[in-house]
Amino acid sequence: MTAIDIATATTPTAPVSIPRRRGLLRQLTDSKKALTGLTLLALFALLALLAPVLAPGDPSFINSTGSQAPSAAHWLGTTAKGQDVLALTLWGARSSLFVGFTVGLVATAVAIVVGLAAAYFGRVVDDALTLVTNIFLLLPGLPLLIILAAFLPPGTSTVILVLVVTGWAGSARVLRAQAKSIRGKDFVAAAVVTGERPLRVMFREILPNMASVVMTTLLGCVIFGIGAQAGLEFLGLGDSSVVSWGTNLYWASNDGALMTGAWWAFVPSGLCIALVAFALALVNYAVDEITNPRLRNRRARRERRG
Amino acid sequence: MRLILRNLGFYLLAFWASITLNFVLPRFMPGDPVSRMFAQAQGTMQPDQIAQLRKLFGLDNRPLWEQYVSYVKSVFTGDLGISISRFPTPVSDVIGSQIGWTLLLGGVALVIAAVLGNLLGIVAAWRRGGVLDSAFPPLLIFVGSFPYFWLAMGALYLFGVSLGWFPMRHAYDVGLTPGFNGEFLSNVATHLVLPALTIVLVSIGGWMLGMRNTMIATAAEDYITMAEAKGLSPSRIMFRYAARNALLPSVTNFGMALGFVVGGALLTEVVFAYPGIGYQLLIAVQGLDYPLMQGIFLTITAAVLIANFLVDLVYVRLDPRVRVR
Amino acid sequence: MEPVLEVNGLRVEYRGDGRTVVGADGVSFSIGSGEIFGLAGESGCGKSTIANAVMRLLKPPADITAGSIRFQGRDVLALDARELRAFRWREIAMVFQSAMNSLNPVLTIGEQIVDIFTTHERMRKRAARERAGELLQLVGIDPGRLKAYPHQLSGGMRQRVVIAMAVALKPRLLIMDEPTTALDVVVQQEIMAQIRDLQRELGFSILFITHDMSLMIELSDRMGVMYGGRIVELADAKDLFAGPLHPYTEALMNAFPPLTGPRQELTGLFDAPRTADSCGFHVGCPEDRSDCSMNIPDLREITPGRWVARSKARSSEGASR
Repeated sequence: MTAIDIATATTPTAPVSIPRRRGLLRQLTDSKKALTGLTLLALFALLALLAPVLAPGDPSFINSTGSQAPSAAHWLGTTAKGQDVLALTLWGARSSLFVGFTVGLVATAVAIVVGLAAAYFGRVVDDALTLVTNIFLLLPGLPLLIILAAFLPPGTSTVILVLVVTGWAGSARVLRAQAKSIRGKDFVAAAVVTGERPLRVMFREILPNMASVVMTTLLGCVIFGIGAQAGLEFLGLGDSSVVSWGTNLYWASNDGALMTGAWWAFVPSGLCIALVAFALALVNYAVDEITNPRLRNRRARRERRG
Repeated sequence: MRLILRNLGFYLLAFWASITLNFVLPRFMPGDPVSRMFAQAQGTMQPDQIAQLRKLFGLDNRPLWEQYVSYVKSVFTGDLGISISRFPTPVSDVIGSQIGWTLLLGGVALVIAAVLGNLLGIVAAWRRGGVLDSAFPPLLIFVGSFPYFWLAMGALYLFGVSLGWFPMRHAYDVGLTPGFNGEFLSNVATHLVLPALTIVLVSIGGWMLGMRNTMIATAAEDYITMAEAKGLSPSRIMFRYAARNALLPSVTNFGMALGFVVGGALLTEVVFAYPGIGYQLLIAVQGLDYPLMQGIFLTITAAVLIANFLVDLVYVRLDPRVRVR
Repeated sequence: MEPVLEVNGLRVEYRGDGRTVVGADGVSFSIGSGEIFGLAGESGCGKSTIANAVMRLLKPPADITAGSIRFQGRDVLALDARELRAFRWREIAMVFQSAMNSLNPVLTIGEQIVDIFTTHERMRKRAARERAGELLQLVGIDPGRLKAYPHQLSGGMRQRVVIAMAVALKPRLLIMDEPTTALDVVVQQEIMAQIRDLQRELGFSILFITHDMSLMIELSDRMGVMYGGRIVELADAKDLFAGPLHPYTEALMNAFPPLTGPRQELTGLFDAPRTADSCGFHVGCPEDRSDCSMNIPDLREITPGRWVARSKARSSEGASR
């Protein structure tokens, strides 16, 4: 028997291959993209944790004249109100990262439950859950977010709640599709027939095989969480007493930083959001490439002979 | 045909859900919105407004189900209530006057981003490993990682404040009377550049990447190999065989994005004070104009659903496999 | 007469992450004008690789690393992109394994046939459509079905459409890669009859690839048997059928027991897969493995026109059978 299967070489299909779990981790650390992304994330997490050490005191404390350009005293200048931008940015990381990751985790958890249940139980349960998912997908996100935030009391928990409500559906659809395809495989049928309990089948048989898809949806949800939180706060619907990247931008806009040319007031926070989102996207991209080899970027091999 | 009808039913259901949401929210809201509004208005509210608010929040003494039915009926007859902040203008009039700008901004930005993005994606996939394929996607992802509004602020600062190339606020210069003449239209165009540009920059990466990935998957299909074996020219294979198939998911995405045209331009509108309904929604929230808020929400939802329905009709035309049943 | 196709020492490698696998090794055969040449072997033996190589349809990571392919004297591997495109379909055409997958789902079959004529013969659309209609009639399909989409046709009809497309430009060589594998036996017979009729009428050569020996023996003039990327036996079909000289050929033929006659015990093909220290050729090896070269030997001409891949010691033994 030859070592290769010619059939797959000449008639390629486009499935998502499931790499061995040990291999995935190793491949991730091999990938330049993933490494860059992960180090960036680690860096931000570190800065967030060390904020009280690096910028002690209350960051919203007014301690200087307003709208000063970056200088030795204030590395990133001051806001229009006279607060230290660097301190605000460092402390802002805490809320933004916290809310972002919380939203990501909770939304993904909800999506997993819905997706698995729909795939496993099928028929009526599936139809009902799919209907609900599709409705949530259809309703426009930002307006819904605004309406919900407007009617609920302001605060961090409200922000997390409304973000989860608007963010779970996208992941749920993807996870359900993947769970369904795994559900149809023989080993799951075997597990069901031998009497394994539904919860066990869902979480021990189906879920582990979806690891890479779950990871990408988790990352997507976190990106959504961070970005949407910033958006909400920018509109003034978040908790404006909290220091976060979004509220920093809100105050920068409100206090007219743009118009007075005080770019240092709004650039750092926005840049941070972009860098974190980019880092997450990089890791996502890397996971995508690992699980679907066809997306890997081969150096352009001119088609010589063959 | 059956597929379209089924989807239509689904859209009506979604619309019903949003109406119900509108109905439920004020009634189960924690805290007392009415007193909040009194405080805001500092006692300058007219009796008509108060009555309207009472009705809105269900504080008049009608049974719940009666309130619900009358609300649903009023929505379907186009009566979305009377705006508080612009009393006594009906909500539907307020929305009607603003929605055109949102459609203009969102529509232009979407078409440019989608067309350009898809073309770039097709080319990137066809020349795997080339500049377009390796350099652009990470770059565009990076640009797309920035929050919409931040890029808008950046563009505003750079091109508006610093360089002074483009106007910074509103849809046209204050004092200019609207009309279908060259001066007005070109004025509108210059005001459109910055807001549309920021939307395009943030969203084009998604289109390009999506199309590229779909093209790559399509290019691996057997009928592409057969087309090559037939000796067809590369451009014919790329467009008639590969892209035609890869477009199908793009069309669905376009449909969804179309719906978000109405809601998605929101943040950009806020930064540029562009007078669309997104901007209007924010003002309504800040002014606690609940009827207007809810009206705008319903309008945006309706727009999304209509857009999706139209896309369904188009998709059926494009994919013959869905057609005959 | 000059052979239509001459393949010499062809070697195809698949380069993966860090390791290389040989898909075809030192493959040589030739096909004469109007001849039907069958290539048999199990899945994974390299037959499709050869077929794709001849039309230069191999994609990375596959690569032709040695050997030559000559079509009517022309060096196929030296053609540039433009020449290759003109060459394809006009001189050599291919019928792929699964017709459903070979046809573009969003175009009508008419449009896909017209494509051939507008590309190669620069025909106007209307003229091309007429030719397309004639082509369909040739394979027994109503020309009215030009407007149909692939998913609207039955499996057999699709396969006939693909065959019609293949003979559109009257090529000298037709490569058929398992054309009937995806079809049921009844339709299979119809298709085979169709192929035979067309061949008789238009006179092209066929490179027929299949794993179904019985099918091939019916149709072919000459046959080659492949195993592990190499050809292990090459002979006239009748001679091969009468007395296979290579143990693998014999095993392959025995895999299809006759419907009539006494019951036979089915023998599996091999005891063990090909590994580092065993080529899996246990069937033909001497007990003490004294003659083991760890590789499939080169083809050796036993009698004129009969080639067998066996080492010297065994081949003399085989010839005496």
